[in-house]
Amino acid sequence: MGVQEKLDNLIVQMINENQETLKNNWLKEVEFFKEKELIGTSLKFSEETDQQFFAMLIKHINFHDISKDGTLDDFFDQVLHTGLPLSYLTQGLQAARRVVLNLLVETENDKEKVAAVYREIDRWLDPILNRVVENSSQIWERTVSVQKTALLELSAPLIPVFKNISVMPLIGSIDTERAKLIMENLLNGVIKYRSEVVLIDITGVPVVDTMVAHHIIQAADAVRLLGSTCILVGIRPEIAQTIVSLGIDLSLFPTKSTLQKGMENALEITNQQLISNK
Amino acid sequence: MDIQSCVEVRNEWDIVSARQLGRNMAKELGFGNVDQARITTAISELARNIYLYAGRGKICIEPIDQLGRKGLRIVALDNGPGIREIRKVMEDGYTTSGGLGAGLPGVKRLMDEFSIESTVDVGTEISATKWLR
Repeated sequence: MGVQEKLDNLIVQMINENQETLKNNWLKEVEFFKEKELIGTSLKFSEETDQQFFAMLIKHINFHDISKDGTLDDFFDQVLHTGLPLSYLTQGLQAARRVVLNLLVETENDKEKVAAVYREIDRWLDPILNRVVENSSQIWERTVSVQKTALLELSAPLIPVFKNISVMPLIGSIDTERAKLIMENLLNGVIKYRSEVVLIDITGVPVVDTMVAHHIIQAADAVRLLGSTCILVGIRPEIAQTIVSLGIDLSLFPTKSTLQKGMENALEITNQQLISNK
Repeated sequence: MDIQSCVEVRNEWDIVSARQLGRNMAKELGFGNVDQARITTAISELARNIYLYAGRGKICIEPIDQLGRKGLRIVALDNGPGIREIRKVMEDGYTTSGGLGAGLPGVKRLMDEFSIESTVDVGTEISATKWLR
């Protein structure tokens, strides 16, 4: 344990004694990275961020573990808020390692001491690096899950239009999860809005393959079991041709080319009429 | 233009990217709207089969030129369980997954040329071509 402390002191002493040199070298390295990687981007770097970054690394070694007390997280947020890339942080850490190693090799001749300090450098920087990776993957996961929820909320809306008539406009690709939602929203909506007719509009669905067709057929069948009618609208000519080639039987429920035609049909079924006030 | 492009299929979203790749290449080659839809649908079926039955595999799409005759070839490759009864899967309505059973015979009808090779426990290779008219 005593040896351990001594080694710790060794690296702390070394870094503190040469703080100015290290800082200047480090700033040069970071500057080099910025010039090489980020040229042409509109990102504005403040010298202040660099200074803060280095001060933090020194703080980590002298006072307390910044990977645990939130200091690093705050700095991380600040960096990403200004639009700086994650690589700025990782490169900065690598640069710190490089400048300290360079100094070590230049000043220390005792091989064992070099090896010992080398290990200490790992102990110094690795927790910070781990925290950076952890933090960024957390942010990433959070973003993805928020977007996924947002997408799902948009994915299968059922809109009551007239009395007893609802429309479900579908836009974009349909996967299994969405197909499940379509079915659920359709059936819940039919009960909630007392829909006699629901129009499923597939104008915005780019590809209707057997899986999509299968899900639509199942949904329409389930609506039929509730005593309502499902009309499939928005079938484009090329989609009609591929459906026929695939040999999919959609004759179980009415289909129309456009939403307008489907709506006329739906009004007829529900004994309603649109009357214009002349 | 003899560049082959491949898309790895591992999840449902890869099916969408395979489809997009196919649509772009078909558009570039000058296929009309209907044939574009046919090609993308065929890719969708083949990619979904990979995802459903093999778990992972890839879809490769290449423009071909045979004596001035232009076309697009889709190759679906996987190292999955293979197909035990090829004749049966080519029948309409045969399914082992509760689907419509229209996938492979459908692809054959959507495309101009179709071939399938499968070895149980080794994998499946399906190749389908559409000629530009």
